[in-house]
Amino acid sequence: MKNNLILYIGILIFGIAAPFIFPAFKVQLSILCVLIVLATTWNIQGGEMGYNSFGNILFYGLGMYLCASVQVGMFFPLAEWTESGGEKTFVHTPVQFFQGMAVGLIVAAVVPTIVAGLIGYSILGLRGHYFAICTLGLGVAAGEISGGIEIIGAGQGFTTPPFPDVGSLDSRGEFFYFLSFFVLVLTFVTVRSIYTTRFKLILNAIRDNEDKAEAMGIETMKYKIIGWMISAFFCGLAGGIMGGLVGYIDSTDVAFDGREMGVFMVLMAILGGKGTLWGPIIGATVFHIFKEGFWTFFLGWQYVALGVLIVVIVIYFPEGIMGWLREKYPERFGEVVDEKDRKAQVELK
Amino acid sequence: MDFMVFQYPMISVQACLDGILLGILFALIAYGMALQWGVMNIINIAQGDLVILGGYIAYFMYLYGIHPAWGVIVAPVIMYFVGIAIYKLVINKVVDRDLFISILATFGISILFMQLMNFAFGADVVLANSDYGTTMLFNNNVVLPNSKIFSAFISILFAICLVIYMKKSKLGRAIRATAQNARAAKILGVDTEKVYAATFGINAALCGVAGALISITFTIHPYMGLPYTIRSFMIVIVAGLGNLPGVAMSGMGLGVFEEFADYILGTEFRIGSVFLLLVLILIYRRFKLSKKREYLK
Repeated sequence: MKNNLILYIGILIFGIAAPFIFPAFKVQLSILCVLIVLATTWNIQGGEMGYNSFGNILFYGLGMYLCASVQVGMFFPLAEWTESGGEKTFVHTPVQFFQGMAVGLIVAAVVPTIVAGLIGYSILGLRGHYFAICTLGLGVAAGEISGGIEIIGAGQGFTTPPFPDVGSLDSRGEFFYFLSFFVLVLTFVTVRSIYTTRFKLILNAIRDNEDKAEAMGIETMKYKIIGWMISAFFCGLAGGIMGGLVGYIDSTDVAFDGREMGVFMVLMAILGGKGTLWGPIIGATVFHIFKEGFWTFFLGWQYVALGVLIVVIVIYFPEGIMGWLREKYPERFGEVVDEKDRKAQVELK
Repeated sequence: MDFMVFQYPMISVQACLDGILLGILFALIAYGMALQWGVMNIINIAQGDLVILGGYIAYFMYLYGIHPAWGVIVAPVIMYFVGIAIYKLVINKVVDRDLFISILATFGISILFMQLMNFAFGADVVLANSDYGTTMLFNNNVVLPNSKIFSAFISILFAICLVIYMKKSKLGRAIRATAQNARAAKILGVDTEKVYAATFGINAALCGVAGALISITFTIHPYMGLPYTIRSFMIVIVAGLGNLPGVAMSGMGLGVFEEFADYILGTEFRIGSVFLLLVLILIYRRFKLSKKREYLK
């Protein structure tokens, strides 16, 4: 326990110091924070609850559009803003920008949570692969439909308000980094405290055998919906930040990007090891470094590499890094191991 | 929103006929999906990308001066071997595992194919022009391109051939036996590994035919695969596995739905409405089954 506390404080200090140690990578670090948030919240469904969702991208994209439209709509007419394509006819003052961002992020977190609660009863009644395909359909449908709505930019996209001029040049990167780091810490604390309660045990019971869990008197539907709402809350926040960070929202390539971000979050959680607290965090970090490496060295071939990576991870590495570590060093995970038995097993392999 | 479709009955007739001809094509793809789902218990997200790849084969024949209709014969042959290769490399490792693993692995294949096609063939929307002309019906009020009639005819032909093949041939019997009970089939001397490979190959060949027909009738683009996967998935869950007349009917129904959605909501919402329909169908089935305290399996 004491070790853990030191570890957490160490990570916190590193997190705060990171943008000053690596000043060139501020944007990358912020994206990493967002990715970790997405992977960790996906893990609540996919890892703990056994509901493999491709649809968390819905909340992410919803948050992105909501945050940006609230930020613009609070001060300027939204339709004219999107029509002008982000030209400098309307300029946010710093106060307006931060006020809009704050309100926008609140809306971006609350509305997806409500949406998750509303659709949860219908969608979470599906099981296994039907749930996976249904949520995949939801994500893509949201992308296609939002791509046809005029007021949020339709096919041309939506330019989010540019960061206002406040003194130094670096303030944009620092602002977004600390915002996303704050959300990351918030997510981690929430998820960690959830995982120490009965709630996590219920989620695991649903994963292992839902019918039995129901027969034991657990209202599984209620807990499934709550789990999904927690995910939606943080996905919405992450989306809102990402919208500001990227500066441009496109319906199918940025916001409801079921083919990329929607698969990334699944992949990161699986790479790290689903069903663990640290797995998605490690997975997201490794994945992000890997991905940026590909983007730099194999420019043009990155998606091909990505496809191969998905297949390889899914087929040869389904337990992920944490699962591998657990098999290798079971003592570290608090499991009592019979040395003889273990040796026999190693020999068998 | 455009309600012209209700004011002029001929537009409705046009939409219905277009939809039915289109739906027969969808049914062919869905038949392949039902086959592999029933036999190997995998859901192949890359189905649509196999279709598009088949379409590019026909398109390239067109570019080199061969009539694209010959693609209907060439594409399935090439795609059969592509299917076998995919099976040997990836699918044989996910057959016995969790369905989600197969979904994710084939999602990876789908992304890979999408990008490779994007590199090889470019990101333009292309079509292979067949020069078949058009047929006018009902006092020239309804226009049907002959290529659509041709493609529907060929799809039906291939489906019938396949059904007869499955009923009569030795391999067809082995495939049906494996679908019923893989273990028992293995005990009785069926090489299930070979059967699986052949099933995936046949599925890919069907996709190849459908793709060649789509490149003649409509347009193809490297990124248009996923909607075909979703359509065939939808047709299969509505019809159920191993229900061929049901697959044909729900395929045509989907085609008609799409044409009407296109007229009423506008072309930009066409794909979105397909995906939304999938979600609605799944929710409907879920509530219907939950009355009996069951769920979709």
